[in-house]
Amino acid sequence: MTKYTDQGKQDTRSGYGAGMTELGRTNPNVVALCADLIGSLKIETFIEENPERFFQVGIAEANMMGMAAGLTIGGKIPFASTFANFATGRVYDQIRQSIAYSGKNVKICASHAGLTLGEDGATHQILEDIGLMKMLPGMTVINPCDFNQTKAATIAIAEHDGPVYLRFGRPKVANFTPVDQKFEIGKALMLNEGTDVTIIATGHLVWESLLAAESLEKQGISAEVINIHTIKPLDDAAILASAKKTGCVVTAEEHNFLGGLGESVSRVLASHLPTPQEFVATQDTFGESGTPDQLMEKYGLNNKAIEAAVLRVLKRK
Amino acid sequence: MPNTQELQDLVTQVRRDILRMVHKVNSGHPGGSLGCTEFFVALYNEIMDLKEGFDMDGIGEDLFFLSNGHISPVFYSVLARRGYFPIDELNTFRLLDSRLQGHPTTHEGLPGVRVASGSLGQGMSVAIGAALAKKLNGDNHLVYSLHGDGELQEGQNWEAIMYAAGNKVDNLIATVDRNGQQIDGSTEDVLPLGDVAEKFKVFGWDVMEIENGNDLEQVIAGLKEAKTRTGKGKPVCIVMTTEMGNGVDFMMHTHAWHGKAPNDEQLATALAQNPETLGDY
Repeated sequence: MTKYTDQGKQDTRSGYGAGMTELGRTNPNVVALCADLIGSLKIETFIEENPERFFQVGIAEANMMGMAAGLTIGGKIPFASTFANFATGRVYDQIRQSIAYSGKNVKICASHAGLTLGEDGATHQILEDIGLMKMLPGMTVINPCDFNQTKAATIAIAEHDGPVYLRFGRPKVANFTPVDQKFEIGKALMLNEGTDVTIIATGHLVWESLLAAESLEKQGISAEVINIHTIKPLDDAAILASAKKTGCVVTAEEHNFLGGLGESVSRVLASHLPTPQEFVATQDTFGESGTPDQLMEKYGLNNKAIEAAVLRVLKRK
Repeated sequence: MPNTQELQDLVTQVRRDILRMVHKVNSGHPGGSLGCTEFFVALYNEIMDLKEGFDMDGIGEDLFFLSNGHISPVFYSVLARRGYFPIDELNTFRLLDSRLQGHPTTHEGLPGVRVASGSLGQGMSVAIGAALAKKLNGDNHLVYSLHGDGELQEGQNWEAIMYAAGNKVDNLIATVDRNGQQIDGSTEDVLPLGDVAEKFKVFGWDVMEIENGNDLEQVIAGLKEAKTRTGKGKPVCIVMTTEMGNGVDFMMHTHAWHGKAPNDEQLATALAQNPETLGDY
């Protein structure tokens, strides 16, 4: 199978920070807002280099979302950032009315998404954010898989006119996508071609899917691996082409199985090409305290869980 | 600039528009609209520096944000009569396929509306963002906003109030419509607001009052005074006392007409108290 090499573990939030640094230097209309989490969001360099284009709003996320909407009036491109929990559920109505319904060009940039936030526990580990955000008409939803892709996505969404939800995480994970890979919103990436099963993954689960595919190859199972960094708009054509070839699908995400990538994929399949599908996702539960690895193991979100799901779905072909 | 009589005629005509709009569709919010008529007429015809052409890019002109979006009838009437869209379009208020939604939106592309509002408490944050964009752009124009007094019960306002003072957003003039009424009764019965002016003051705003927000000359003088207070390191708040339902005797001194339309007979009575001046739509 196609070989991918970890260039050295890095956190995806640092990819966001690196993207912001570049945008600060290249796009004078980009402004940043943060709700008392500068260090967590890794935007120190942007702030240092562009102090007049940074707005510290304090612990006041609702006001941050409204201010971001207002900053678009006059041509600014606001990147409003905080933890995913506080960037979505806490301020859903502000996003819905002032940003999404109003069609404002705001980038909602959300770190510490999912279980891998770790020890802080379920109060901070949102597993519902993809669902919340994808249901908003006109909202683009992106969940990149590693440092390089998060940096590229951050830069790419500045060029997209419209509201975007960009979701990334806290822990250091494998950084394996090419450093210069162009990020195309809505365009799935084929990571490994296979014939027996399609694994469609997003975020931190993409690397785990590659590990699963390697293991499966040793068992004589050829797994196709697709990186769906954009959950909305979804690359229906890529999903259907692969499902037609392999005849079964596993989706993998660090999110509740209700409302996540898996449901979006199953909608496409049910409408055009009914196909057996297994869901690697949390099962309508809150998280808890623990290390990221412990949590991903306990809640079934790692390469072993993906491999097991593949073996299950193959029996349903 | 129009003279005072012309503006007073416009006030009366806008009141007729409000009443006819809500009557036609038997829904909408006449009370707060009638109470804020002088404010809107003054703001759009005497106070704000507006670009002709209504291109809506938000650059090089004063901006206004209506936070308490339910008083859309007065907003729509004043926008239409200022030239943002055809006056006849007031006929489509709250109808299917209309740009004049029950609460203002940008979604249908109605000129003059810069953000959706109606879910309360969000407008001040948006106004602050727009004011900051003006500062970044080196645009010396001002940002105005209007808020219901009951709306101040929404916590987001206080995040915004704290931000604006703490960050010297001094190109913003936020007006609170202090009519003392909300859907369930008087604001002091539903959830007491206490001394609104004092609250803004202790948060660090420059606060002034318009004692009678239904006296056109007082409103104009108050807004002009507010303009002189901008650019001095503090956001400016106007606490403006109004009478909900002003201009229609049976709609005043009660919260009953917050969100209720008059019937045929009530409309006739109300219109008789506000004779046609500039021509009905």
